[in-house]
Amino acid sequence: MNRLSRLFSEKKRDVLNIYFTAGYPALDSTVPIIRNLAEAGADLIEVGMPYSDPMADGETIQQSSMVALQNGMTLKLLFEQLTEARRHTQIPLVMMGYYNQVMQYGAERFVGAAAAAGVDGLILPDLPSFEYQRDFRQLADAAGLEVSFLITPHTTDERIREIAGSSSGFLYVVSSSSITGGSSQISDRQRAYFDRIAALDLPNPKLIGFGISDAETFRTACEYFNGAIIGSAFIRALKDQEERVEAATREFVRGILEPSLAAKR
Amino acid sequence: MIQTKIDDRGYYGRFGGAYIPEMLHANVEELRQNYLQMMADPEFRREFDLLLKDYVGRPSPLYYADRLSKHYGAKVYLKREDLNHTGAHKINNTIGQILLAERLGKKRIIAETGAGQHGVATATVCALKGLRCIVYMGEVDIERQAPNVARMRMLGAEVRPARSGSRTLKDATNEAIRDWIANPDDTHYIIGSVVGPHPYPDMVARFQAIISEETKWQLQEKIGRDYPDAIVACVGGGSNAAGAYYHYLNDERVRLIAVEAAGLGVDSGESAATSQLGTEGIIHGSRTLLMQTEDGQIVEPYSISAGLDYPGIGPLHAFLIDSARAEAISVTDDDALKAALFVARQEGIIPALETAHAFAALDQMTYGPEDVIVVCLSGRGDKDLAAFSAYLDSDSLT
Repeated sequence: MNRLSRLFSEKKRDVLNIYFTAGYPALDSTVPIIRNLAEAGADLIEVGMPYSDPMADGETIQQSSMVALQNGMTLKLLFEQLTEARRHTQIPLVMMGYYNQVMQYGAERFVGAAAAAGVDGLILPDLPSFEYQRDFRQLADAAGLEVSFLITPHTTDERIREIAGSSSGFLYVVSSSSITGGSSQISDRQRAYFDRIAALDLPNPKLIGFGISDAETFRTACEYFNGAIIGSAFIRALKDQEERVEAATREFVRGILEPSLAAKR
Repeated sequence: MIQTKIDDRGYYGRFGGAYIPEMLHANVEELRQNYLQMMADPEFRREFDLLLKDYVGRPSPLYYADRLSKHYGAKVYLKREDLNHTGAHKINNTIGQILLAERLGKKRIIAETGAGQHGVATATVCALKGLRCIVYMGEVDIERQAPNVARMRMLGAEVRPARSGSRTLKDATNEAIRDWIANPDDTHYIIGSVVGPHPYPDMVARFQAIISEETKWQLQEKIGRDYPDAIVACVGGGSNAAGAYYHYLNDERVRLIAVEAAGLGVDSGESAATSQLGTEGIIHGSRTLLMQTEDGQIVEPYSISAGLDYPGIGPLHAFLIDSARAEAISVTDDDALKAALFVARQEGIIPALETAHAFAALDQMTYGPEDVIVVCLSGRGDKDLAAFSAYLDSDSLT
């Protein structure tokens, strides 16, 4: 069983998924970040493949991507780092990036390298479902990679069902109409949207992302679905922390999890 | 014979499509479902045609350039898009899209701009319709196209600098896309070229098709046949070229010449000659040719011309070049400047730097004395006077 499927079969709620940009803050940060996220209590890690033109992302992730590319990050190096990280932890790993990166690497070669490096899933926000079915699905399935898709407040119920049907991984519930990096509170309008998705009664695990930035927003998001994704807030916490990536990573995860553990007690 | 036709998923052959994140889907889909129907509506046609005639000043003249013809030994006609209101072909598209936006009930308009011509054309139609207008423009371009920035502000638009990446057209486009993601309800994004996700490349080409529609009857009147032997147009994203080619796409008697910016030279590392330096990939939601690294990172292009300083080309042009229906020629900064000066002094017309690339391509072509060449004179050069003055003052002339 894929590590992702196992996670969601064993843990139904409060799943903490943390995103980081590979190559940021330093070129060799990937392995220490993954090890420390896992040890500090994250359940799932999204590894961002830095891209020059990340159109679904906000300034924080774009900035970290630019630094990562300047640091010299490449897909070849990233696969090596992930292989190394996999020797230390069994935490599920999902790669997130843009389809052009996969295309240039070669789709078949990419899924092969990802699977060999111990990657469990992929998120490619700009790969549309038609092209996914036509060009990519068989390759990903054959490599045992689960592919997740995004849904937004503007995605119709019919389309959500369709996307959920072709999504082999968890559903990425984009919390609001925005790019990544916001940090606002969860509004009544968002609650209504979450209720609408819940009412569809889909079998897929669901994680809320975009705008989840601290313990409070994480806790609220977890009330609705299986868990939530934090990205930009973690990137901000790593800024200027090249020398203490490990400690900064642990402190961040504790800051998210410990208040919620405390709240339960 | 190759038939150039877009399929219902927005592909010209294997180029095109809509590679967009789900956050853009609702807006792009709304447009896709409506654009053809709305454009075919007689009331839309009537308003579009009337504005093109009385507001833009169409038809634009097809001018027989006598001195250029003598110089090149062929019959050179200039399609005078520079005489349109706002000084370029860009207004044809913005008039069309503002009418669509109005019918879709949008209240807020965003746009990206390189040379500022599309920004000005967008600010103009927003003023005309009383809609709020925000134009994203690279910081570098804001500096080198100051007169157009002033025009946009005069027209009531807000010019927002794009500070990421190379701070030029590509980055302005990224910022505009992000704005659209964050404002999904009341906003229409007026893309200025035949780029972006389907239906933009097809929609913009259809609005610009007025250029070749007029060329046909104008040539018929002037030379007794409705087609030239060659059409020459500059290509950044490729909207003026798409319009100038449109009604001749499947007429193989007509050579289609696409002129790209070589910058300091195709192999100099400072270039924007996408069809030569590019490989197949995805940029701004479209599968096309683009300049990129082996790892798929998009490369920063370079050209003296802000309107051609773009690392991709529209999927239509990728298809035309890939299938050898169109021929690509590249022109350096220096040759474009030289051509601008030459045309100014031969014909009394100061072309935009973008258009100057098309003129410079005439030096690289061969033709017989009876050949009829149409050059799409896409814009006027007022906005480039600083660059021209620097050229006049430089040693290049001595």
